[in-house]
Amino acid sequence: MSQPIVEVTGLSKCYRLGAIGTTSLREEFARLRDRFRGAPHPKKEEFWALNDVSFSIQPGEVLGVIGRNGAGKSTLLKILSRITEPTRGSVRLRGRVASLLEVGTGFHPELTGRENVFLNGAILGMTRAEVRRKFDEIVAFAEVDQFIDTPVKRYSSGMYVRLAFAVAAHLEPEILIVDEVLAVGDSAFQQKCLERIDVISRREHRTVLLVSHNLNAVLQLCTQAIYLADGRLVGAGEPAEIVRNYFGAKSQSADLIDLSVRPRSARERGKARLTGVRMASDSGGLAWQIPWGNPIALEFVIEVTERLQRLELGLGLFNLQGFEIATSLSTWNQPIGPLEPGTYRIQARYPVLHLVTGTYRIGVGLRSERNMEDHLSEACEIEIVPSPASQRQQISSLRGAMAAMIDTTITRLER
Amino acid sequence: MSTAPREIVIQSTRGFRFVDWRELYAYRDLLSLLVWRDFATRYKQTILGPLWHIFQPLLTTIIFTVVFSQIAELPTDGLPPTLFYLCGLLAWNYFAQTFNSTSSTLIANAGLFGKVYFPRLIVPLSSVISNVVSFLIQLVSFFVILFIYHASHPLSTALPRWSALVLLPLVLAQLAAFSLGIGLWLAALTTKFRDFTVLSGFLIQLWMYLTPIIMPLAKVPPHWHVFVALNPVTMPVECFRYLLLGTGWINVPLLLASIATTLVTLVSGVMIFQRVEKTFIDTV
Repeated sequence: MSQPIVEVTGLSKCYRLGAIGTTSLREEFARLRDRFRGAPHPKKEEFWALNDVSFSIQPGEVLGVIGRNGAGKSTLLKILSRITEPTRGSVRLRGRVASLLEVGTGFHPELTGRENVFLNGAILGMTRAEVRRKFDEIVAFAEVDQFIDTPVKRYSSGMYVRLAFAVAAHLEPEILIVDEVLAVGDSAFQQKCLERIDVISRREHRTVLLVSHNLNAVLQLCTQAIYLADGRLVGAGEPAEIVRNYFGAKSQSADLIDLSVRPRSARERGKARLTGVRMASDSGGLAWQIPWGNPIALEFVIEVTERLQRLELGLGLFNLQGFEIATSLSTWNQPIGPLEPGTYRIQARYPVLHLVTGTYRIGVGLRSERNMEDHLSEACEIEIVPSPASQRQQISSLRGAMAAMIDTTITRLER
Repeated sequence: MSTAPREIVIQSTRGFRFVDWRELYAYRDLLSLLVWRDFATRYKQTILGPLWHIFQPLLTTIIFTVVFSQIAELPTDGLPPTLFYLCGLLAWNYFAQTFNSTSSTLIANAGLFGKVYFPRLIVPLSSVISNVVSFLIQLVSFFVILFIYHASHPLSTALPRWSALVLLPLVLAQLAAFSLGIGLWLAALTTKFRDFTVLSGFLIQLWMYLTPIIMPLAKVPPHWHVFVALNPVTMPVECFRYLLLGTGWINVPLLLASIATTLVTLVSGVMIFQRVEKTFIDTV
């Protein structure tokens, strides 16, 4: 194995709580006075944003960094991009680093797009000659050719972000540090950003360190991943495995939604009650996120307190505007029952619906041969997230509720 | 562009360090672009544009002439008051403007510095240079006014010492070095104590009265000269008058003391700035 291009050893960063924000001269004098008198000065509380983190990246790898807010991801990036120094430990970087912590840094609103490209390029570490060489490519990528000599303060926010990302995406560092830039722009542009990062890593063989909340981006792009929690490194390895660990840790209790505590109207009899719902594993997603193209599969836990001859499960799939996209009744396929009192698990699996990406609500009802037993209009929310398949087909830019796969044939009728 | 990748080690630095010249050189394009940006953006959406460089000292000169010369009747070293003040302000404005922009470097650019790494010294250096450009514009306007004056007063002796004028860049360099040094000190201190942001605006106002801008140094009693020696801006101002108007009070020991103070301020200013710059983003 060759020498790692990034080597992080025992990296720690301590913030003194209370030292965040500045002291005034008066406080400082008070501290000096206390010190001279030998009075104990109240010790400031310490907070370790990073604690003994070590990992390394080989040249050409794409490393994903995941972890919840406050896990230390941003601190790690700030140290790696040399914005602040660690308290302990060290980082060795064997190559030129460029970081995209936020696009558009240093853009000046009064300057034109062209001027800002040069200025921003220089801020990010490019020479003027380099920017000149890449200029046409940058402008084409940002799709702002017509407006390149207009001050950027007249740009739409979309154009602004596109231009800013375009400059950053055409840096030629050996190591590229990317943070959350995938959250900008419309979905088509986001896809373009992902592809650009893919090109940077795969074709140009550059090393990328990617911090993102978009776990699908991590799965799609990264060759390695690390998982931070409370400033410590808790996992490192294959992205798929690390993402699974992340959700394992996150959702052990959260995965099963407790439905027994939800308020119900008095109309339902409640001889059969919904007590929980979870997402079945064959949706292939992670905690209520289902990659586009995978089936929606749910598992309900119900409690039956009285013998029921027949039970019917009804599902409604609503979009966020409250429109019911699909209605389903379990009796269409096979009736359930008779049921003795006890706890049961019902699995319900939709066919692949090809819904456009977004958030959906699921309403559930239970009906026995005699009456409505239980009903929850919002049992759970699911999110259909982009997948490689949806990105290929640009699903997120579609209108309508779903993508319907059609067969087409064409026959020439007359010459 | 990229030379063989050199290894960068990031770890906690102890003590002080001086300038990484090699890195500074690698960012030379950024330096020139920032100087250019200062110019391109300062007078956007103004009617007079760069003419402001000329109007500012001119208006101040008129007010000084009325208040200090006509009303208070302070002497001006035998020089026409207008030329006397204009020449003093030429030096003073350079100092004050450079001091102002360098001392706010870290606070004003915290947003940028919190996102991207580049040698932080580039930003104060760019204001030192862009202020040189506005100095040159003012210098040209000074000569224009000087010749207009001579056209109407052919017998005046207020003339530049042409042969010694080559020394003007050296005097300007000292002024630049001192304003950068003291500006970096203030920049470093403001990150820790915001008191200094208030202080630096106030300081520069008071400082002018400690500098022979509105009255000649020759007027100051000799037993106060120790205070003059403590103010490194005094000698450059007097040198300016000597070089541009032929009258000035230059004392070689004081001049050397002023140069020594300048060097100490610059070196210590760069070192304290470099030290603070490493982690200031955590506390700003």
